[in-house]
Amino acid sequence: MEGLSVSDANLVVYVHPSRSKNVSQAILRELSSLLFKFNETFDGVVLAYAVNALDKHARILSGVHPYFGVRLKANLLLFSPKPNMLLEGKVVKLMRESIHVIVLGFSSAVIVDEDIRDEFRYKSKRGEGKYVSRVHKRHTIKVGTMIRFLVKSLDEEILHISGSLIPDHTGSVGWLDGDVKNSTTESNKKRKQPDGEIEVQELGIASGDTHSVNNDREIKKKKKRRNAEEH
Amino acid sequence: MGVELAHNGECHEMEDVNFSDSELVYHVRDALISVQTGDSDSYHQLVGVMHHSERLAPDEVALLVTSLKALSGAVSYIDNVHHDSLLNSIFGMSLWKYGPDVMDALLELIIALAASNGKYVDSCLDMLVSNFMPPMYLVNTLKQPRGLAKKEQVLSRVHTALEGIVDLIPMAASRLSSVVVHRMPTTFKKDLQKDHLMYRTEVYVENILRLESGAIREFVGSRMLMAVVDMLIELDVAIGWDDILQDDSCKGIFAIELEDADEVAADDDNDENDYAELPRTLNRKSLGKNIVADLLDSLMVQTFEHLESCARNKRLGEVFETLLDSFMLTILNTYKSKFAQFVMFYACALDPEKCGVKFANTLVDRFVCSDNAVTRMSAVAYLASYLARAKFLSAAFVASTLKRLVDWCLEYCETQNGEMNPKAHRVFYSGCQAIMYVLCFRMRSLMDVPRLKSQLLVMPLGPVLKHKLDPLKVCLPSIVEEFLKQAKAAYLLTTSETFIFEDLLESDFSRDFGGLERLDMFFPFDPCLLKKCDRGYIRPNFVYWKHVRTTYGSDEEDSSDEDITEDFVVVNGESFMEEEGAGSLDEQHLDLDEFDYAMNKMSITPKNGFTYRFGGEQMQMPSRIRPSTTPESL
Repeated sequence: MEGLSVSDANLVVYVHPSRSKNVSQAILRELSSLLFKFNETFDGVVLAYAVNALDKHARILSGVHPYFGVRLKANLLLFSPKPNMLLEGKVVKLMRESIHVIVLGFSSAVIVDEDIRDEFRYKSKRGEGKYVSRVHKRHTIKVGTMIRFLVKSLDEEILHISGSLIPDHTGSVGWLDGDVKNSTTESNKKRKQPDGEIEVQELGIASGDTHSVNNDREIKKKKKRRNAEEH
Repeated sequence: MGVELAHNGECHEMEDVNFSDSELVYHVRDALISVQTGDSDSYHQLVGVMHHSERLAPDEVALLVTSLKALSGAVSYIDNVHHDSLLNSIFGMSLWKYGPDVMDALLELIIALAASNGKYVDSCLDMLVSNFMPPMYLVNTLKQPRGLAKKEQVLSRVHTALEGIVDLIPMAASRLSSVVVHRMPTTFKKDLQKDHLMYRTEVYVENILRLESGAIREFVGSRMLMAVVDMLIELDVAIGWDDILQDDSCKGIFAIELEDADEVAADDDNDENDYAELPRTLNRKSLGKNIVADLLDSLMVQTFEHLESCARNKRLGEVFETLLDSFMLTILNTYKSKFAQFVMFYACALDPEKCGVKFANTLVDRFVCSDNAVTRMSAVAYLASYLARAKFLSAAFVASTLKRLVDWCLEYCETQNGEMNPKAHRVFYSGCQAIMYVLCFRMRSLMDVPRLKSQLLVMPLGPVLKHKLDPLKVCLPSIVEEFLKQAKAAYLLTTSETFIFEDLLESDFSRDFGGLERLDMFFPFDPCLLKKCDRGYIRPNFVYWKHVRTTYGSDEEDSSDEDITEDFVVVNGESFMEEEGAGSLDEQHLDLDEFDYAMNKMSITPKNGFTYRFGGEQMQMPSRIRPSTTPESL
């Protein structure tokens, strides 16, 4: 998945005198206020931060007098989706007209039916809809599937992405990574697996999927940390 | 015009052609697209359909539902520039006007709209939140029993839709809390004259609390709870002291108020039905027909019930955290908050061991190590009043908290060499007054337990109170007098100096240390004047001064109403002062007959009873301390 990056930032945090008693808390609070918001300076959304080098000396700056500036270096995990990037997310709702996806657990994305390539056909079985590829029967997208899609645009305010499934290399992550089992967990038993594919699948799970899973976990951890700090 | 057109147009189509769902969607898409090319006939038909609202015929309902469903399929074609009128009419629709079918279709459309484009999220949330409150004309219908079903029908759907939106767009949760706070009905006195507005506000708060306990509470819960507390505070300060004190003589009022409260307490425990026969209740008497007070009363009750449900669901702890934060941020520093603080009191009563203890500890912490003198004094005023009045706190805990206060005061004394100075040492004096006030209420119960008695006896009260700073001269004379009397009887503290109090409620010194805010006279947990709150929730957990046994109580021979007091003290000795509160309920009931007997024997009539009972030395405390709420204190 693209759009995630780690960047080193040199920051100056202006601390209000009323917070001077506990400067490190004030700094963390200030940095926490950046989280999960689009920031133009970083050109992305700050997902997590680590302050690694605190400057021992703060300065009182003439222009912003009673505030004092604390210089610090911070490591930021940024999420900056740009048009034509490939993102991955989990399908939370699927209808004929649109597929709704959540990326990294917080950003929402929608793919409307015109942006779904003709290869996919909508099918509804017992009230549960899914998109099935006409070419590869096992390539299906339904609620719960991780899909890879192309970014068309981003609403920075609410972090809402408009996506597309037009390019060939988009669709169910499981299928694209050669893992049929993952994408069709339930109906898979009935089907005959081609020889040797199982091993490949296992590898697929091991290598391809772990990345995104790890990402997810990492973010959850960071989220927790953030919560802890806020309290 | 447009309505008619749309009606005829689409109905014919439906009858003649029998469109399938997806065909309808394409039809609507075409209508939406054609606006940009200048052909907007079918678009206007569509907008017209949205305006159907009054008394819909079945076919109109069908048309509306179909159009809404078709629109949900075509949301990605809706453009906020070209389809402004359509969006406006969708967001202007009120769920309360329609039946379940239309509601479901409309909400489906709203969810689809919110999920289709970040631009619409705010408007969609706003639309849903605006449906928290019923339109004015429906209020009367909704108040009837069958109206409840309708209310539930709408509100359950609104909340499901909100949850649906948050499921699809997690970031919407943060927007939602802002929208809810922003849309909060403002409570201007004049508006509230209308019962309708009051009802709507109640429903709104009900919704906020519902969000707090709903599926998305993780994201919005704490903000919602804070919003409710803010609202309570806002109403609280809207009730001026003038509203409370309508009679001319304020002291008289408080005497009567106390009388009534006591009488109600006696009867209330006995038999609920007797209540109606009582003289006018304290609320009517002291607050009059004050709509803001009524509203606050019912909102407080709603909050109490919510806290109860939280306690049942074992999440009082997490809710309490938020409440405590909110209390520290707003209520604590609100100038003489009168009622809102009882939310804390009740939350503590629901879980004395955790919440109750935590509240007291937080207040002590704030008193001991805050920077702002006013905040510290206010914290210690809350603490004193809380320790004195909370029936559910154990004597041991009260003793340990007192110890912390005394230790702080001692430490303070040791660093001071100067003479008495009410202004400079105001925090210290407020601490001393708090200690004395708590001891007025609790000394006897502490003395009754040998372990606590020895704790109390080794507390350095003497060095603190007899220090050169002379807290006994500065603190409220009424409290000092009562304290010294009890302390003498308990051999806790004797003074060589004689104090002449002349029955003064306050002195120049106390006024000085109280400052402009008159924190010397601030007893936030004095009996709650809101009727419903008090009767159902606060009273069972509350210590009234008249139930307090004093250390000199049973020894006093010369009191005019000695027999009665004796009787009374003995009776209560077993029930009300049983510090481990809740457990003694049964005993309480057993004692009620006796208690009632004692009350009858006293033949209390509201006005004369006052002089009879409070005229005597024994009962001097409440009428002296009560007037923390008098205008003099402003």
